[in-house]
Amino acid sequence: MEKVTTVTGTAAPLRRSNVDTDQIIPAVFLKRVTKTGFDDALFYAWRQDPDFVLNRPEHQGVKVLIAGPDFGTGSSREHAVWALRDFGFDVVISSRFGDIFRGNSGKQGLLAAQVAYEDVERLWEVVEADPGIEVTVDLVERTVTVGSLKVPFEIDDYTRWRLLEGLDDIGLTLRDEAAIAEFESHRESWRPKTLPIREPAESGSL
Amino acid sequence: MNAAPTNNAVATGDAPRTLAEKVWNAHLVKQGEDGTPDLIYIDLHLVHEVTSPQAFDGLRMAGRPVRRPDLTIATEDHNTPTLDIDKPIADLTSRTQIETLRRNAAEFGIRLHSLGDKEQGIVHVVGPQLGLTQPGITVVCGDSHTSTHGAFGAMAFGIGTSEVEHVLATQTLPLKPFKTMAINVEGTLRPGVTAKDIILAVIAKIGTGGGQGYVLEYRGSAIRALSMDGRMTICNMSIEAGARAGMVAPDATTYAYLEGRDHAPSGADWDDAVAYWETLATDEGAQFDAEVSIDADTLEPFVTWGTNPGQGVSLSETVPDPASIDDQHERAAAERALEYMALEPGTPLKEIAVDAVFMGSCTNSRIEDLRAFASIIKGKQKAEGVRVMVVPGSARVRLEAEAEGLDKVFTDFGAEWRFAGCSMCLGMNPDQLAPGERCASTSNRNFEGRQGKGGRTHLVSPLVAAATAIRGTLSSPWDLQTEGEGN
Ligand code: SF4
Repeated sequence: MEKVTTVTGTAAPLRRSNVDTDQIIPAVFLKRVTKTGFDDALFYAWRQDPDFVLNRPEHQGVKVLIAGPDFGTGSSREHAVWALRDFGFDVVISSRFGDIFRGNSGKQGLLAAQVAYEDVERLWEVVEADPGIEVTVDLVERTVTVGSLKVPFEIDDYTRWRLLEGLDDIGLTLRDEAAIAEFESHRESWRPKTLPIREPAESGSL
Repeated sequence: MNAAPTNNAVATGDAPRTLAEKVWNAHLVKQGEDGTPDLIYIDLHLVHEVTSPQAFDGLRMAGRPVRRPDLTIATEDHNTPTLDIDKPIADLTSRTQIETLRRNAAEFGIRLHSLGDKEQGIVHVVGPQLGLTQPGITVVCGDSHTSTHGAFGAMAFGIGTSEVEHVLATQTLPLKPFKTMAINVEGTLRPGVTAKDIILAVIAKIGTGGGQGYVLEYRGSAIRALSMDGRMTICNMSIEAGARAGMVAPDATTYAYLEGRDHAPSGADWDDAVAYWETLATDEGAQFDAEVSIDADTLEPFVTWGTNPGQGVSLSETVPDPASIDDQHERAAAERALEYMALEPGTPLKEIAVDAVFMGSCTNSRIEDLRAFASIIKGKQKAEGVRVMVVPGSARVRLEAEAEGLDKVFTDFGAEWRFAGCSMCLGMNPDQLAPGERCASTSNRNFEGRQGKGGRTHLVSPLVAAATAIRGTLSSPWDLQTEGEGN
């Protein structure tokens, strides 16, 4: 996972609340076998509307999503985060997030910045007035800056630290690589191994 | 190597510990502090086509290898057809998942047993039959019925796709310890009553959420008397009580099952292993967080009437009346279930006619299950109009059954004898119920639509499945005896 300290880019205002993970990515896309290539699936139903915010020319190449309260509720599907990442989002701003979604975001390097609802409204206004304006999300200071507006955001210390260090769960565990190797060095010879394949004495055929 | 090496130092003088605690402690790579999880080493990682593709994709994106291909094994089971297995898989999604697994296994150096291979089969049947599932180890798989492997005294539990990737990359998992629950089953089962009836009774007693957060340890004389196949049936369904895992302490039955299997220890290793396994049983006086008791003497063949595995009663009873259920949520659930199942309260369960009988799934598709089924149907004809499918859990089970002539017993009876896989346990491959069809199934889940859209499932033991296939209505071997005696 790449380290995140500040993200600077344009933003899309999503004036909706209770955006559940079924809206973020419908279940039909869960049949896929990759972790990437979900950008077309993001907000699939809404994107059928040419006027949907992400379809508008002024919001192409956005990195920051500014959404209403209770973003990412519902089904635990990790695909919701994959789809947002694939589309190009580095940050989602909301006044409240679904718990599992927030957890999944941290694992995939998506910054879920919790901003007071009044501030979300102010951010919406600024971005709507000037869609091309750059938004800067500073993880070190925990602030969102756009033009002359600067608002604070909340993120738990542990997730923040992991994002700053660029550590996903696996990266974090691999910091204990020495302990894992040490554990393995004591592993008894009789513990099961799948390789090399041992053949039974006699074998039949189907 | 010494019988009690560093990782498994048996604490002497410490407080008495449960089997689950011993296995957990022997796998601590790092103890968690201040609320952070422990880091637990994983001895065996089982992989199948449905929950692994994104995990491999994640490794690829991060440029990470599989840390221990030699502790990892893959098989194809959920999507695979059970007929015409030499032809390309017709369903495109299924075929893509299978082909993706094959590519990933080749790229990451993982042992894979593909359709047509004699070790292919349901992932939870393959591990034990190869001797890979052993006492005192940790086993994970991206599948909730991983609890099956706990029958050997292993700590075995299902994980999600992110965790699959985590284990592939690190061979560990960050986890908080589970709570422990003793399930004491004392007494002697009557003939015709089996492991499946025990676990259905346990789930009916504690409920589908009763085991949440717990590892269940099945104990008592009735459990000790069970074969490994029976113990696997019980541990398999621990998840249906909401538990993280189920375990049975290893004993002579366990060792006898393992000895001589392909990947079981041999020679001096065997002696060291057994010496260690002997230390695993729960210590006298160890405290469980909860305890439940079941009387084996009075158990009868059990059957579910509803749409979750906790909605079950003895086969001699009637469909319950929701009005008699006090808890309003359970009452509402029962009403919904009876509507879906198209059943009237008060109907004797034995009068319920079925359209299909499914003998298979990771709960009941091992050789003993097939033998039990065959013992009842031998020389008889299936009830007219009932479709009977017998699906072995693995290609090896299929070979074994054929070597014993069981296939002939099945086909003479009028049953379909198929190739190994999950089959009609879940509607992910071509074996499915049609809407409205009713099935007596030896599988583990009777959820709405699980065996096919609109399908109605009654969970039963292999013996009940066999008797039902003969009579066409839900029946146990007891009903056949009565007929034989001229009643
Ligand atoms: S047989 Fe059924 S429960 Fe078992 S692994 Fe296959 S689908 Fe899951």
